[in-house]
Amino acid sequence: MNEKWIKAAPWIWTIGLFVVWEGVVRAFDIAFFILPAPSDIWVATVKYWPVIWTNSLQTLFTTTLGFLLAVVGGLALGLAIGWSRSIYAGLYPLMIGFNSVPKVAVVPILVIWFGIGTVPAVLTAFLIAFFPIVVNVATGLATIEPEMEDVLRALGAKKLDIMLKVGIPRSMPYFFGSLKIAITLAFVGSVISETVAANSGIGHMMLAAQSQFNVPLVWAGLMALAVLGIVMYAMMAWLEMRMTGWAHRSSHG
Amino acid sequence: MTGFVELNDIRLAYGPGGDSTLALDGLSMTVKKGEFAAVVGPSGCGKSTLMKLATGLIRPQVGTVEVASKEVDGPVSMAGMAFQNPSMLPWRTTLKNVMLPLEIVQPHRRRLSRERAAYEALAEDLLSVVGLKGFGDKFPWQLSGGMQQRANLCRALVHDPELLMLDEPFGALDAFTREELWQVMRDLHAEKGFTTILVTHDLREAVFLADRVFVMSARPGRIIVEREISFPRPRPIDLTYEAKFNDIVHELRAHIADARAAA
Repeated sequence: MNEKWIKAAPWIWTIGLFVVWEGVVRAFDIAFFILPAPSDIWVATVKYWPVIWTNSLQTLFTTTLGFLLAVVGGLALGLAIGWSRSIYAGLYPLMIGFNSVPKVAVVPILVIWFGIGTVPAVLTAFLIAFFPIVVNVATGLATIEPEMEDVLRALGAKKLDIMLKVGIPRSMPYFFGSLKIAITLAFVGSVISETVAANSGIGHMMLAAQSQFNVPLVWAGLMALAVLGIVMYAMMAWLEMRMTGWAHRSSHG
Repeated sequence: MTGFVELNDIRLAYGPGGDSTLALDGLSMTVKKGEFAAVVGPSGCGKSTLMKLATGLIRPQVGTVEVASKEVDGPVSMAGMAFQNPSMLPWRTTLKNVMLPLEIVQPHRRRLSRERAAYEALAEDLLSVVGLKGFGDKFPWQLSGGMQQRANLCRALVHDPELLMLDEPFGALDAFTREELWQVMRDLHAEKGFTTILVTHDLREAVFLADRVFVMSARPGRIIVEREISFPRPRPIDLTYEAKFNDIVHELRAHIADARAAA
């Protein structure tokens, strides 16, 4: 009984939120341009579906591409940093500094270089998403048990052996864990860039809808973002479970 | 006659420059081929440092280390090691964990992929010797602490090392498991004849297993007493409850008490 309730809980709470929202908007007669009711948003979603769909695909495309670049770059840099203490010492302050810069501030530079459109969105997604991957992979490599390292070195293992047999498998749970964060951040990055400098994508669509005072469409865009975000997060969570199930073991195996 | 492992007048300090701590000073010891040596001493006397020296993981500032009549100038490339922490890799099955050294040490590394079945049988055999028959395909986290420690011993021995280094391998186990593993260790040593250095703070363990017990001083560590244990082998576990056994344990205990007092 209890288990069933827990399984149903996400749906109950989500539906509950929309019901309360709808109720509040109706009860207080809130103007649609302040806060549209879920039913209004739904109507707008159906009405503008082709627009929402194409722009969603564009955002999905830039996010995915930026994310994949971040995975490749983050993995490579994370391995390099975890491999060598001097690379670590040299690059870490730079990376912290780089990560502290709000990425929306980088978009104008990207626009100067690449013009308005897809490229800045992809790059912003990449820039914002790769940092957690680097940090997590490097952490996994840096936390090899010293005993394990001694055992292998006394057997004559070279650094590459230790990395391949212990370091890299060990850092995989950190890596796959970081993908959940990275995909969400990549999404933030591409929407920011689309809002500032693009002619397609959900971010751009919302900005255009806002300037036409089409508030329900703005909210419909928000809903589309939420759905995309949940789907991408769920895919990464599934991938994490799939690839590194051993790190999420329960006590009864 | 020279030994299999020889440490000559070792001096080793940790830490940079002036404020370094002297871990070992004037330490010499010789372990003969096939011998089971135990090193005991007050805590913090540098016993574990000794392990790293003998396997070439660290180099002394003064003195020489020789293994198999060759001066050690880097990791010795063949020693089996086991620590108190079993440090099994959680993504590998127990059998795969035990077989890890075979993926590193030559000539096994070369042969492993061609002769995998034979090597697997060998590892399975070793597992059954330590009482883990049929547990090879379990993951380490499905095993109890004592079972993981048995697997850890197998991993240290699977490549038939000439030198086995044990750093408190039974320290975290309950008394019954510990005594059982002493006997497993005794039998394995009798069968394979590898040279063993066991670092322990359990004097009964040292006297039961070793041919020779070295007592270390407090930091900076050196050998203050070398005691030969001449009980005939194979030694039954009941020996540990006999008076002549306990006399030696008491004798060693007194040396360590002196070393502590001198510190």
